[in-house]
Amino acid sequence: MTINPDLQGRSYPAAEVYDVGREKIREFARAVKATHPAHFDVDAAQALGHSDLVAPPTFAIIVAQRADAQLIADPEAGIDFTRVVHADQRFIHHRPIFAGDRLVAELHVDGVRAMGGGAMITTRAEIFALTGDGTDAREAVATTTSSILVRGEGQ
Amino acid sequence: MSRSINELTEGQDIGSRTIAVTRTDLVKYAGASGDFNPIHWNEAFATGVELPGVIAHGMFTMGAAVQLVTDWAGDPAAVVDYQTRFTKPVLVTDTTGTPEPGATVEVSGAIGKLDAEAGTARIDLTVVAAGQKVLMKAQAVVRLS
Repeated sequence: MTINPDLQGRSYPAAEVYDVGREKIREFARAVKATHPAHFDVDAAQALGHSDLVAPPTFAIIVAQRADAQLIADPEAGIDFTRVVHADQRFIHHRPIFAGDRLVAELHVDGVRAMGGGAMITTRAEIFALTGDGTDAREAVATTTSSILVRGEGQ
Repeated sequence: MSRSINELTEGQDIGSRTIAVTRTDLVKYAGASGDFNPIHWNEAFATGVELPGVIAHGMFTMGAAVQLVTDWAGDPAAVVDYQTRFTKPVLVTDTTGTPEPGATVEVSGAIGKLDAEAGTARIDLTVVAAGQKVLMKAQAVVRLS
């Protein structure tokens, strides 16, 4: 299987909305062994000046990987998910993610380069929160960048 | 609650912690994150794609390692930028039914850089499993008061 070099520069528009729930923040926080009360206790989060529970620093990966799934599932991309290894990851938070946020992600394929029989693919998800009911007004929440190595045979 | 830049110096240690990891932890992370790649929970599948065994999600290790920074900062919202490279997989052996962890991850952190103008501290994390650094350039930028 070969990776389509024409992927570079491709974008996938924001698709489904991700509703950030309190229990999902708590579940994710437990899964990364976080114990800070701002992830679990609304009063503790509000005592720090926040509107609601604060998501852990890597929570945005849920939304980013849903956006990535569009690329991985794209038959034109030629990516075998079972041979994908995560190479690097970055989260830039323009503001924290809170319970109650309604998030959307735009995916951009910033780089594709052949490595052995495989390829290194760099994607960027621009994550926004919808700010009004029924309108498309939104504010920037996070920019995540990720490189995945799709291993070729024997890699 | 957040840290003041005046009380900090570059090179200062922010502490360390040990994270015990089991196969159950990987299943929990898979469910919480939505990343169900079988290399993180199915031994036969993992070895069938030329991995040494079941490995932790890189994002599990990255997500667990930053808790040292979150707790030090006093507010998870203070972590404004966090990045790493995944250099070695964390192999998690099957210890189901025993109290033993399947892997142990050691995390320590130090202040790599203070930026008085931006009001931030960059924390450099050292993350080791089985004697090898599993994350490289693991850096978290914390907003200070």
